[in-house]
Amino acid sequence: MSPITILLVIIVAFFAGMEGVLDEWQFHQPLVACTLIGIVTGHPAEGILLGGSLQMIALGWANIGAAVAPDAALASTASAIIMALALSKGNVDTTTAVSTAIALAIPLSVAGLFLSMIARTLSTGMVHAMDRAAENANFGAIGRWQMAAIAMQGLRIAIPAAALCVIPAEAVTGALNAMPAWLAGGMAVGGGMVAAVGYAMVINMMATKEVWPFFALGFVFAAISQITLIGLGVIGVSLALIYLGLKELASQGGGNGGSGDPLGDILNNY
Amino acid sequence: MAENKVQLSKKDRQAVAWRHQFLQGSWNYERMQNGGWCYSMIPAIKALYKDKDDQVAALKRHLEFYNTHPYVSSPVIGVTLALEEGRANGEPVDDATIQGVKIGMMGPLAGVGDPVFWFTVRPILGALGASLALGGSIMGPILFFVVWNAIRLAFMWYTQEFGYKAGASIANDLSGGMLGKLTEGSSILGMFIIGSLVQRWVSISFTPIVSKIPQQPGAYIDWANLPAGAEGIKTALTQYSALGANGLDATKITTLQQNLDQLIPGLAAVCLTLLCCKLLKKNVSPIVIIIALFAVGIIGRVLNFM
Repeated sequence: MSPITILLVIIVAFFAGMEGVLDEWQFHQPLVACTLIGIVTGHPAEGILLGGSLQMIALGWANIGAAVAPDAALASTASAIIMALALSKGNVDTTTAVSTAIALAIPLSVAGLFLSMIARTLSTGMVHAMDRAAENANFGAIGRWQMAAIAMQGLRIAIPAAALCVIPAEAVTGALNAMPAWLAGGMAVGGGMVAAVGYAMVINMMATKEVWPFFALGFVFAAISQITLIGLGVIGVSLALIYLGLKELASQGGGNGGSGDPLGDILNNY
Repeated sequence: MAENKVQLSKKDRQAVAWRHQFLQGSWNYERMQNGGWCYSMIPAIKALYKDKDDQVAALKRHLEFYNTHPYVSSPVIGVTLALEEGRANGEPVDDATIQGVKIGMMGPLAGVGDPVFWFTVRPILGALGASLALGGSIMGPILFFVVWNAIRLAFMWYTQEFGYKAGASIANDLSGGMLGKLTEGSSILGMFIIGSLVQRWVSISFTPIVSKIPQQPGAYIDWANLPAGAEGIKTALTQYSALGANGLDATKITTLQQNLDQLIPGLAAVCLTLLCCKLLKKNVSPIVIIIALFAVGIIGRVLNFM
């Protein structure tokens, strides 16, 4: 890779790392990070493809409370860099490069998770420095510590990314071409299944007895391949509105309808 | 102080909203989002308190424990701005009131923010963008990025303003019906969409051949007796459109997958997803499950059943 490419890759990785903790602009989501790495390394089409595949797997990865999810930032940047290295010599086919990158993204997401936990532990020290700055009403110092903490999260991804950039492309292509067909094929099969884990994580967060039927409906409607995702979204929103509307009607007309105290009824229902 | 009321200008509130985007930057295991919260409050503290002791007290007060979903934190910071403004103007708002409102709001709001943003809006936009991306279109990532950030920025600014204008009274409404409905509605939508994503994007294909049946003449394209040249291609395509994929060969091959698809397409995918739910509930790490699935994929390919 040329020095300019490496610099651009590091910048993209830095943004992904910052967003990995901030979770605002979503530069760490595979769809965005892989596409950007693809663009700066000159493989935009493959970057978009990898981003789309990884996004489907990472849909359910979210930081809830103090629990830290598998890290999308390192998974998407590092796997996209490896894919770009593999493609740079032109003797590896795209499918192999993409499906290998997907398989590699999984252990990378765990590695990223540990790096994130280390950074979040180091942040504790920075917050103590903020405490001391607060004693003197030193606004500037608090701001600088906040920025330092964010920069540390950026470096958490930028440093591994820089290290990957200096791996000779020959080594990556060599390794990929030496990979037996059953391994590459098997990883592609596995890659088709792993999305289920992300979906299961989302389901476990939301599922109650009340909403399971909507899961079944979504499943059955999706089997009609003419309905696009947007169409499915419209059906889903409509179902939610209908259900909530009917539920409200039922609670108004139900058991305590005759009490003549609507406010009391509402309170009783809680 | 009564003769000269201090007020937060729109510019101050915008500065807070801008800084609030860095809320999670110093997320730590001790007091979680406290550093980012204090950092966000700085423009307001500067505007409201001129006395150094007041500033020190305010900074310390906002370095207390805090943790919620980073977007629904906006109404909380709006309410806090209103409280701090009142306090600076001599209203009886003590530290305990401010911390109490923060703690009181962050729990219920996180309970709304997580399902709405992380489990409904992001999976839907992500899946929409990803399906476009898998078709090779750059519109996929662009759509995801633009729509997500438009929703996020609008939500954060308007709910912060809403919290600021409503003040402390909002905290009493939190247990009310609106938030509960929002959470329930987004759970319904989320479950519906996840159901359809499982059908569309979890791919399992069992390749074992269940049966081979020789077909009747006319049920397949008789490749040897087609007219020559372009006419032959046309005849073959006409027959293909009438016969479908089964018309390509003289023997009809049925794989296990085709049998399963006749029950309902995606049956294996939904079974796998439910199995994952079960395993996750038993506290099996998602990473372990993912690695196991890759192992199953490799074994399946080696033994030729997937």
